[in-house]
Amino acid sequence: MRTTLRILQYEWKDLLRGKWVAGYGIFFLVLTDLLLRFAGSGANVLISLTNVMLLFIPLAALIYGVLYLYQSREFVELLLAQPISRNSLYWGIYGGLSVPLTGAFLVGVALPLTWHGVWTSEALASALLVLGMGSLLTLLFIGLGFWLGFAFYEDRIKGFGFALIAWLVMAVLYDALVLLVIYVFGDYPLEKPVLAMSVLNPIDLARIVILLKFDISALMGYTGAVFSRFFGSAWGMVAALFCMGLWWSIPLWRGQRIFTKRDF
Amino acid sequence: MIRIENISKSFDRLEVLKRISLQIPRGQATGIVGPNGSGKTTLIKMILGLVKPDEGTIQVADKELNGHFEYRHLIGYMPQIARYPENMKVRELIDFIKEVRNDEAVFEQELIEEFELTRELNKPLRNLSGGYRQKVGACIAMMFDPLILILDEPTAGLDPQSSQRFKRRLEHEKDKGKTILLTSHIMSEIEELTDHLVFLLEGKIRYDGSMNDLMQDTREPHLEAAVARMMEENL
Amino acid sequence: MRNASLEAFLPQWLRPCYIVMICLAPLILWSPRLVADQLIVDKAGGSDTYATIKEALQQATDGDHLFIRSGHYLEHNLQVNKSIVIEGEDGAIVDGDHQGYVMVVHADSVTINNLEIHNSKVSYVEDYAGLLFEEVKGGKVTNSRFKGNFFGIYLAKSEGVTIANNELHSKFKRESGAGNGIHLWYCKDIHVHNNRVFGHRDGIYFEFVESSLITENYSENNMRYGLHFMFSDSCAYRNNTFRDNGAGVAVMYTQHVVMEDNTFIHNWGTASYGLLLKEIKYSKVRNNRFEQNTIGLYTEASTDVEITHNEFVENGWAAKVQANSVDNNFKENNFIGNTFDVATNSRQNYNQFDGNYWSHYNGYDLDQDGVGDVPYRPVTLFSYLVQRHSVAIILLRSMLVDLLNAAERVMPVLTPETLVDSKPKMKQIK
Repeated sequence: MRTTLRILQYEWKDLLRGKWVAGYGIFFLVLTDLLLRFAGSGANVLISLTNVMLLFIPLAALIYGVLYLYQSREFVELLLAQPISRNSLYWGIYGGLSVPLTGAFLVGVALPLTWHGVWTSEALASALLVLGMGSLLTLLFIGLGFWLGFAFYEDRIKGFGFALIAWLVMAVLYDALVLLVIYVFGDYPLEKPVLAMSVLNPIDLARIVILLKFDISALMGYTGAVFSRFFGSAWGMVAALFCMGLWWSIPLWRGQRIFTKRDF
Repeated sequence: MIRIENISKSFDRLEVLKRISLQIPRGQATGIVGPNGSGKTTLIKMILGLVKPDEGTIQVADKELNGHFEYRHLIGYMPQIARYPENMKVRELIDFIKEVRNDEAVFEQELIEEFELTRELNKPLRNLSGGYRQKVGACIAMMFDPLILILDEPTAGLDPQSSQRFKRRLEHEKDKGKTILLTSHIMSEIEELTDHLVFLLEGKIRYDGSMNDLMQDTREPHLEAAVARMMEENL
Repeated sequence: MRNASLEAFLPQWLRPCYIVMICLAPLILWSPRLVADQLIVDKAGGSDTYATIKEALQQATDGDHLFIRSGHYLEHNLQVNKSIVIEGEDGAIVDGDHQGYVMVVHADSVTINNLEIHNSKVSYVEDYAGLLFEEVKGGKVTNSRFKGNFFGIYLAKSEGVTIANNELHSKFKRESGAGNGIHLWYCKDIHVHNNRVFGHRDGIYFEFVESSLITENYSENNMRYGLHFMFSDSCAYRNNTFRDNGAGVAVMYTQHVVMEDNTFIHNWGTASYGLLLKEIKYSKVRNNRFEQNTIGLYTEASTDVEITHNEFVENGWAAKVQANSVDNNFKENNFIGNTFDVATNSRQNYNQFDGNYWSHYNGYDLDQDGVGDVPYRPVTLFSYLVQRHSVAIILLRSMLVDLLNAAERVMPVLTPETLVDSKPKMKQIK
């Protein structure tokens, strides 16, 4: 545990000095500030922010997760020759990457919200939800990146390729599948199957939970009512968190298995 | 000190090490030589736990490795290619390794001065030349005064003066009773530094014995010729 | 009071003419009286007053002035059969105690002013109202407050009545327990002006009404419609605000309706809209503001409706135009920040869209004439998909949807090809 924290701390310093994380944070800062200046009310800004966030965070986290493993290969080998366990090292690297990246996102979004005074009143809960979902997606997709990165540790092209494909599938193609199901089985009541499908994809899950929070459920008619009721219930929240948890833990666990077993 | 028994290792069906057994004697310097791809680095990485054997066992200081990591407190390792986190400064890297190992850095100051690293301490590692990186590696490997030193091509990239200084330092360590494991392409260096020789060829041990015996047996004037001859005989 | 001599009513200077008056008396008594009596109702009693409204009404004759002093009068089924003025002192409450109608007017030209009417009976059989005008000509209801009534003000088969400056609250929670606020059935030449209606089933209800006006009313939080308007030709409503009503405003089965300067705001629910036009012909929707409604304007089987200079702001769907609507003309409206601009359920389109401003438009204007050089297609593929399969809405704001929309915009395959604004404005229309 102590070593994990040491690794995390040093890596964190190292990352912060690199321009990537700063750039990532500044991107969200500028985006949020511009949206607040030009897109009007708090709810609109948060919805636009959600749009960008759902697209960009998974991509950035995946790519950066994979890239960081490749970049830090020698560092990892250096540390593996030291008297520390592979588990400490693995969690150290994961923490060292996900903490700054999540932090950059949170700071980048929260600062403009603060100086534009959006934290007040009714926007607070929605803003917290958006920040929470963004953080969750960051943690989850870095984990997925780690899995892919370690699975294709010797073949960077493959690693990057699969990361991009994973992103494309989850951000776009999965929804195409949902649409296809809706089209093919359009004559049946589909709310529940579609609900199940949405819960299975973390990007969709985050998107829908946020949309429902923003009262767009009224737009969604009966479907929205079904979804609202599901996510409003204790069961729904547990199921959603459980699925998010699976998406977070399974890739990380697979990555850890590969990391502790593989040769360097 | 290090006991290796029946080790085999393949990478993607390519057999790198084939049922190797050997012992690295305590308090001596052992050189591992062999042509490119003979399995030297793999063997070293196995001792360090970086690579896991398909079969066989390794013991360091009478304890089987088997996924443990504490034994590495005994080992100082200097890798073949020394690349480090690019943005870290030398000083930070050294402090970092100190924190991670949690061992006493007995020779820290001494080594920094000996390898003329004082002026480099506040430079980020990305601005360091290959030679200086190598020196940083040596410093990290030796500063905790470990019982075992494992050095993979340590002098590659060092200028002659530093190389000499490094070798003197090694001799000094050997005299203090350290166990040293060394690979190098420079045969004269092996000849100069080691007492014991392991010659690996195509994943098997071609020779495992004292340097003196080898020289006497082959009646060659120097190690390079002796090794060359052994390779020819194998054909 | 009733039997006071006529002499007592004459001013001093007319007294000498008493003889003349006596001579004329038969004439005067035969004709409707020229001078009205004042009847005072006072619960607390007092000389020359009536204790109940009922008694006073029985004594009243045409032209009388019935004044109700402050107090809580538990009376119901009060029948007004004479053309009188009924006026309340501040604090005069007529409470039907849920027994039936509170007050029923059968006489023409009755004025009711500054009265408070409470608690008509709730029934599933009969439309008990706080105040019912039945088959009358002329009349006024002004400055009165209606609370806890099943129906508030109910006009049946009446003409020329003005309902102005009243406030109506219903306290019922369920639709079946609440009647309409201002309810008109088979009426003509009615003016409904500056009333405020809250919490009824329908705020204002028009059925078989002709040539009537609805102006400057405020209708909020009614369970079904802010305004429910059917079979009422040649009527107009202007400058009204309809806010947060269960389903919005419904205008149906009618010709020649003028809808101007109204605000339809925040009618937000799974089946809500700002304004529903169903089987409407030859009508005008002008200068209205549709803001934050689930559907701003919903047209079904409507034809020849002119929809101009309206603001559609931040609605879910700015306009849903069902395919059975034809020859409607959307001209010079502002569509700003709506999730969907226009949705329709067919590839066919027989309506015109011309010279509107669309905030989603991203074309260019090379010749700088203020009109975009590229036509705008307000129906996206996604809105078409959602129309066909409502559950597809779950993909809202998915990246896939943006990609599909972009592709469809370049090459329309599923969306109506003719539903195009070929002269989209570059700037918001003032």
